[in-house]
Amino acid sequence: MIPQEIYDTLKGTFGEAILESKLDGVLDPWITIAPERVKDIARFLRDDERMQFDALMLLTGMDYTKGRLGVVYHLHSMKWNHKIVLKTVVAAEQPHVQSVEAIWKTANWHEREAFDMYGVLFDGHPDLRRILMPDDWEGFPLRKDYQVPEFYNGMKVPY
Amino acid sequence: MGLLDQRFEHSNIIITSTDSLLNWARLSSIWPIQFGLACCAIEMMATGASHYDLDRFGTFFRASPRQADAMIVAGTVTLKMASRIKVLYDQMAEPRYVISMGSCSNCGGPYWEHGYHVLKGVDRVIPVDVFIPGCPPRPEALLEGLLKLQEKIRGESLAKKRPA
Repeated sequence: MIPQEIYDTLKGTFGEAILESKLDGVLDPWITIAPERVKDIARFLRDDERMQFDALMLLTGMDYTKGRLGVVYHLHSMKWNHKIVLKTVVAAEQPHVQSVEAIWKTANWHEREAFDMYGVLFDGHPDLRRILMPDDWEGFPLRKDYQVPEFYNGMKVPY
Repeated sequence: MGLLDQRFEHSNIIITSTDSLLNWARLSSIWPIQFGLACCAIEMMATGASHYDLDRFGTFFRASPRQADAMIVAGTVTLKMASRIKVLYDQMAEPRYVISMGSCSNCGGPYWEHGYHVLKGVDRVIPVDVFIPGCPPRPEALLEGLLKLQEKIRGESLAKKRPA
């Protein structure tokens, strides 16, 4: 399916949950979806006969600034060899997004990384803890307003 | 015994000072603890392999800090790793030596400004004997660092205590 057909199918099935899109003139056509419907849409994209997005290539966090965080999903179908990018945006004070770990196991560590770096909370993740930074680290380093600490466990951090 | 080979016709006696003898023995068998942190470790492995052959200096890697004389910090020291390095260093028996290999380990390297997760120099957690510049240093540079360490050991005296 071409991105426009994927978009039309999603719009037809999920309606209000499909927000924005940019399907032409970009390398990776993307569709923005509502954070509370992520899991339904992901399950549909994996299981539907026309979609069969069996591979989650990439999942990452984003800091859109102005109090908005986001998650980006890059999907690929081995069966149909088509791709689509999903985006979702949440408020930074309550950054809750549904976990897709139950749909693509790849998401397990990817969501942990997005949590570690951006503080996005994935509801339904079986083991949401830091994956790269030490467990006792404070703050989320890839947020745009992040301030590097002066000391960590008695070690001076700045140069 | 390359240097002394074929020099003596009978079983002779050599007179030397204890310090020279012990230092010669120690500097000819520097055993570093076997671990690498990043790309510098690749160069360190190349140095250990047959082409550059660390073994000819009596140096080969030991898998336990208890059996190691030296530590080659080869790569980026993250803050998460720094506390582990400190533990490994503390587990080594004295006298012990540290070679800091490469820019990351010396001063943070390319992560000096934006590396929120990088320790800006391993000498912030453990004392360092030899710094080797480079990103990464070539095997020749690591070998020279090792020779510098040998020089340092040659000038030491086991009778005098090392500063802690």
